[in-house]
Amino acid sequence: MNNSDLAQILIRAVEEADSSDRLLDAVQELAAASIEESVPTLIAALGYNNPGAAVAAVDGLIAIGEAAVPSLLELIDDYNYSARAWAIRALAGIGDVRALDTLLEAAKNDFSLSVRRAAARGLGTLRWHQLPAEKVESVQIQVLEALLLICQDPEWVVRYAAVTSLETLAITIATTLPDQALRITNQLQQMLDTDTDLGVRTRVKFAQQKIQQQQHQEVFAPKRKLEDTEVSEIPHRGAGRR
Amino acid sequence: MNSSPQKFEDLSPTGNSGDGESLTVEQAIANLESADLGLRFYAAWWLGRFRICEAAAVTGLIKALEDEADRTPEGGYPLRRNAARALGKLGDRQAVSPLITCLDCSDFYVREAAAQSLEMLGDPICIPALSELLKVGLQGEQLISKQPDLSQPYEAILEALGALMATECIPLVKPFLEHPIELVQYAAARAMYQLTQEPVYGERLVKALAGDKLQLRRAVLADLGAIGYLKAADAITETLAENSLKLISLKGLLEHQVNHTATNTLSAGAIKVINLMDSLL
Repeated sequence: MNNSDLAQILIRAVEEADSSDRLLDAVQELAAASIEESVPTLIAALGYNNPGAAVAAVDGLIAIGEAAVPSLLELIDDYNYSARAWAIRALAGIGDVRALDTLLEAAKNDFSLSVRRAAARGLGTLRWHQLPAEKVESVQIQVLEALLLICQDPEWVVRYAAVTSLETLAITIATTLPDQALRITNQLQQMLDTDTDLGVRTRVKFAQQKIQQQQHQEVFAPKRKLEDTEVSEIPHRGAGRR
Repeated sequence: MNSSPQKFEDLSPTGNSGDGESLTVEQAIANLESADLGLRFYAAWWLGRFRICEAAAVTGLIKALEDEADRTPEGGYPLRRNAARALGKLGDRQAVSPLITCLDCSDFYVREAAAQSLEMLGDPICIPALSELLKVGLQGEQLISKQPDLSQPYEAILEALGALMATECIPLVKPFLEHPIELVQYAAARAMYQLTQEPVYGERLVKALAGDKLQLRRAVLADLGAIGYLKAADAITETLAENSLKLISLKGLLEHQVNHTATNTLSAGAIKVINLMDSLL
């Protein structure tokens, strides 16, 4: 049986599932097969109000990777915030820079806190190497500005997510944009001093530790930057699956 | 406070809050005595929602606990319910004694709101009144035979007694582990854990995370977050429920870790929880 036949069988199983348990199993199987044709069905599964199925579908979409991005951007559900949050999570997990504008808009302006949270997280996990080299720094600064704004979000979980992204961004730009990295460490210190939420302050402390560890490594292992460049040239997940 | 999913999700006043009407503090306080019962009801909710802790708001809401004007066809007191809920959020201990009086109200939902708010206010002076209400469900140290007994807001009472560390009530709480309503069982397990710190009660909640009903799993997530039971971290991450609820639950674990660690460094438990939370964003 080729992939296409398998996909059809698995997709039908999802469509015909008549209980939430069967739906969960069917989506898990479809997701595990990681076949590009299943993308629309997996995206539809984000809207079934079945959190288990949605988790499986997100994992499946992330495994398919870049090939799922255009459909995700196109089919994102403007009317169902729960489905939208899962779709944003999938985009965040894939990290494709084509999702940048969608993530920026969602993180700053979506009315749903779960969408803002997922988008804020996604801004820290972008695959910078997909961008033309001359654009990387300006986009990183654009993302940084957005994250500094998102740190003012009224919901703790959105600020928490923004902190995780500030952490990864600070580490990414530590040597290339040291002045901008300093803005991040200042922001984190300010949040540690003033944020009203203990969970957020705790995450800030953890971020500070990670950033310090990395600075430590920079000093004692200057080869690290070279390794980063090499890593970025390995084809990422998804590309080899077609 | 088990089982009210709407409180977890998307109540943020971002942009235009879409309240239908935007009140000022003065208006809201004045509206508590409006001729329009709808405006009174809304004002009481609004004062709690936006945590207006002004003295006039507290006084007005306490007065609303004795309202007789707003009645449902079944004899309920909608304004009293909202006022009782709001007073818990405002954190003013003047409300404790009037809320204790509400535990005798004929309206179940007023009693429930009063118990929840007394839990939030955290004054142990209400423990005897709460335990009297719990005893309605007991004959000696056993559940009454007429089951399922839904006559009192047992869930709210049990949670409050646990949060208030009412260790003298352990013999009254324990029988409710066998209550036929699962939510009541969980509230009892949660309280028993708080009162005894025995892992067996935390594990009972962990086991419930594998249950069939989403609604119940959501309630248990809230319970585990409230008691900060660290050993539940993986089970919380893996249960089938919305990430928003899992994150709130894990945040409860994280804050419990931080509050119970003397040093300024993050404990191994805290770091574990942070990594799980990151994975759910």
